[in-house]
Amino acid sequence: MEYRWPHRHLLGLEELSAQDIRFLLRTALGFEDVSTRSVKKVPALRGRVVVNLFFEDSTRTRASFNLAASRLSADVLDFSGKGSSVSKGETLRDTARNIEAMGVDVIVCRHHLSGAAYQLARSVNCSVVNAGDGQHEHPTQGLLDIYTIARRFRRDEDFDLTGLTVAIVGDIAHSRVARSNIYGLTKLGAKVVLVGPPTLLPGGFRDMGCELSHNLDEVLPRVDVINMLRIQFERLTSQAFPSVREYAALFGLTRQRMKLARRDALVMHPGPLNRGIEIDSAVADGPQSAILQQVSHGLAVRMATLYLVTGVRS
Amino acid sequence: MLPMRQIADHKRVAELVDRLAEQIERQVSRRSEPGGLALVGIRSRGDVLAERLAQRLQPDHVGSLDITLYRDDLSEIGPQPVVRTSDIPFGLDGLNVVLVDDVLMTGRSVRAALQSLMDLGRPRRVWLAVLVDRGGRELPIAPDCVALDLRPEAGDEAAAIQPGERVEVHLKPTDPTDQIVVR
Repeated sequence: MEYRWPHRHLLGLEELSAQDIRFLLRTALGFEDVSTRSVKKVPALRGRVVVNLFFEDSTRTRASFNLAASRLSADVLDFSGKGSSVSKGETLRDTARNIEAMGVDVIVCRHHLSGAAYQLARSVNCSVVNAGDGQHEHPTQGLLDIYTIARRFRRDEDFDLTGLTVAIVGDIAHSRVARSNIYGLTKLGAKVVLVGPPTLLPGGFRDMGCELSHNLDEVLPRVDVINMLRIQFERLTSQAFPSVREYAALFGLTRQRMKLARRDALVMHPGPLNRGIEIDSAVADGPQSAILQQVSHGLAVRMATLYLVTGVRS
Repeated sequence: MLPMRQIADHKRVAELVDRLAEQIERQVSRRSEPGGLALVGIRSRGDVLAERLAQRLQPDHVGSLDITLYRDDLSEIGPQPVVRTSDIPFGLDGLNVVLVDDVLMTGRSVRAALQSLMDLGRPRRVWLAVLVDRGGRELPIAPDCVALDLRPEAGDEAAAIQPGERVEVHLKPTDPTDQIVVR
């Protein structure tokens, strides 16, 4: 039986199979060259409507989904949680159902509460794409990170990452990017090492099949990819570490520290950067950095996502 | 498995490819067009055919086109077809393009391919060359070069294809052997 993409929603990488992830990433390959042509648009989603429903600040994810939908010829409606009826007390469900009543095909949702996208998917009939829900998942970021790794290490034939080791460094506890990366990477065969201070790296992550470490210098020489997470000052409630300076000294990716890493190790960061805290400018802008490629790959991955979910009906 | 009958073996396929190449040569040289010549095959058999024709015709460029995102049935209910990459590593502006496909039926793929070509650039002229025309057009599209005409109105009643039948061109290396079959 020929494989068919089965998911009407993209809520997280946890519920995708390795085959689903590989199929989506292979589809993204077909979308990558759309951005390099003279007419950067294909008619695949002509007449469809995509709504960006963002209850949390975002620049690149929102812009990326916006552009992805435009390049597929869909109509895009931007809807911000702030300064709307949500601030007047409307529930997420009511907001979504009202938007859906306008004849919408896809809702792209970002929300500060974990599980918001799941709740949304249960209350509406259109497709829902999770663009980040609280500390839970950010599936398209995970997918574009994996896509970037596969492209750089020439694994884009079969998207099999067996033999590659990926370090994810920083505030793992609060990071939806880390969670999506862990689910996706381990499903495709990569080994994942999580690095951070004990306060930001709960032991439970071992159950997700990862190695845990509190020593970045020890981990650096043996990994193929270093994915640096942003310190999310907006989510840190208690004192997770004594001072920003101490954190930077122990877990910041400096030029000096990069000398410990392999010469072909890939440096990634989901952005926005805290330059001088988790990553130094010399490293972020250096030859091993794939940070800007991540952004352009994000567009192809999001086009593939919108294309695939709109093909499945309930 | 549906019953299958072969209407051309590998020798006949080779003859038909030769015939198509000759027709294209005549078509192109008759007009002595300025600008380079490109063969562009529609995936996923037209691209293999374009490569074969290129061995004989020696065009300036050969490319392949994936038309999935331009199909007119994407908004119908059902799973999305698989997207592959197009491979046109040259500018189309001002080129004479021969669009190559294996089987011409409704004309919908050709319409999609034309729209896709126009989004990639502005070719000077586009011809359509197909190995088999089996009839059944749903759009006003006509080929410039045809190697095997199986339309009922072509007169060869023994070879004519019934409306419910499917004509498949098999070409190496995509398929194990060169042949044309009807199922």
